[in-house]
Amino acid sequence: MKRAILTIVGTVAGLVLLLSFKTQSAPSGGAAAGATLGTGSGTDGGAAAPAPSASSGPTAGSGTGDGSGTGSGQTSKSTTRTVTGDTIDTRWGPVQVQVTLKDGKITKVQALQLPSDNRRDLEINNFAVPQLHQETLSAQSAQIDTVSGATYTSEGYIRSLQSALDKAGK
Amino acid sequence: MTAALRHAEPCMGTVFSFDLREPYPRDGALDETIAWLHWVDATFSTYRPDSDIGRLARGEAEVGDCAPEVGEILALCDRLTEATGGCFSACAGGSLDPSGVVKGWAIERAGSMLRAAGSLNHHVNGGGDIQLSGGPGPGRPWRVGIADPLRPGTVATVVAGRDMAVATSGTAERGAHILDPRTGRPADGLAAVTVVGPSVTLADAYATTAFVMGEAALDWIEGLTGYEAYVIGLDGRSWATSGLRTEAPGVGTPGQPVARSGRSTMSTRSAIESATRCGRKG
Repeated sequence: MKRAILTIVGTVAGLVLLLSFKTQSAPSGGAAAGATLGTGSGTDGGAAAPAPSASSGPTAGSGTGDGSGTGSGQTSKSTTRTVTGDTIDTRWGPVQVQVTLKDGKITKVQALQLPSDNRRDLEINNFAVPQLHQETLSAQSAQIDTVSGATYTSEGYIRSLQSALDKAGK
Repeated sequence: MTAALRHAEPCMGTVFSFDLREPYPRDGALDETIAWLHWVDATFSTYRPDSDIGRLARGEAEVGDCAPEVGEILALCDRLTEATGGCFSACAGGSLDPSGVVKGWAIERAGSMLRAAGSLNHHVNGGGDIQLSGGPGPGRPWRVGIADPLRPGTVATVVAGRDMAVATSGTAERGAHILDPRTGRPADGLAAVTVVGPSVTLADAYATTAFVMGEAALDWIEGLTGYEAYVIGLDGRSWATSGLRTEAPGVGTPGQPVARSGRSTMSTRSAIESATRCGRKG
């Protein structure tokens, strides 16, 4: 590797919670942690949601994450709403997402329906759904700027999400 | 929090997301880039009968009748087929389908368009394949999470760097869907392959190729100048080529040191030949 200096930084368990929010600069505090990630089959996401740990990512170097990841989400006067988007029929099958908003901010996106048909040439892939979740949530993580993973066809996802946001009045 | 300009655009059956940091490009540049991506989609789509690729595949057009970019892409496909010993093909499924290289190429060119318009620090993520320019902020590298295919919602590791490309090929829980052009059967030897290097066009093609190759992939990537790979096996074990510094306990190193002599050389073949070879089966 000649040009870029690359570093692979893993965590102890090889796991970094994808939706770990940067909390240090959130003006209102209480950035939500622990979004549920859809597994693509409509079941509850199995991802446990530990608070981002300062020990992960040895080269993070920006001083983020220290302590601020724990104990969030305890704002007592917050209002939480859950809005379900339209079911969008795509050429690969129905897509439906549900968003959760807390004080008007999206804190969770869950896929209720995803296509189960497997067309190889479309590279439908469950695993990019979390990536879409992340993009939707604009998780400006202290740890990750973006995610590389297999592609997921997402027109339906975007449209269902948009309808949910429309309903939510955002 | 670093100021950023973000946009997500559904295109080519996936989402292209843009993350631009200062200095921003001139006004209108992002819109032009997005419009160009939709043009690429319309030109190369295998789902739109009136696309250049659709007409080529049915034998209703010659390469010379198409946009010049079509010839460029088909020539690139041929060079990749040659360089990969047939593990990469624009007609793995029996009909002309260069989409395996079009997306990466479009991502890279979109990044170039933004850079030419003054955006020095940005990344373009097309369905999980990413071209990154500069960094997210002064003195900081981009940090790219590699999605863990065996544990949805988590990332397996993080690649950090500036001015690089990251592309991942993987299979789904429901089953394999990347065909091995040599056998016509789905490749199922690995869970995911991530390739890192300067060009997302090549990183994407190499990731697809490496996925098809299975366990031989690491040795192959090891022989490619400028490209590194991170591989997750079906059992969850992971490996990286020697150029990726690994700090994670869970990441091993390739079993065998590999000489650098096996670099693939690409030879040129005519794009027209490619179209005739697999595009006329109709």
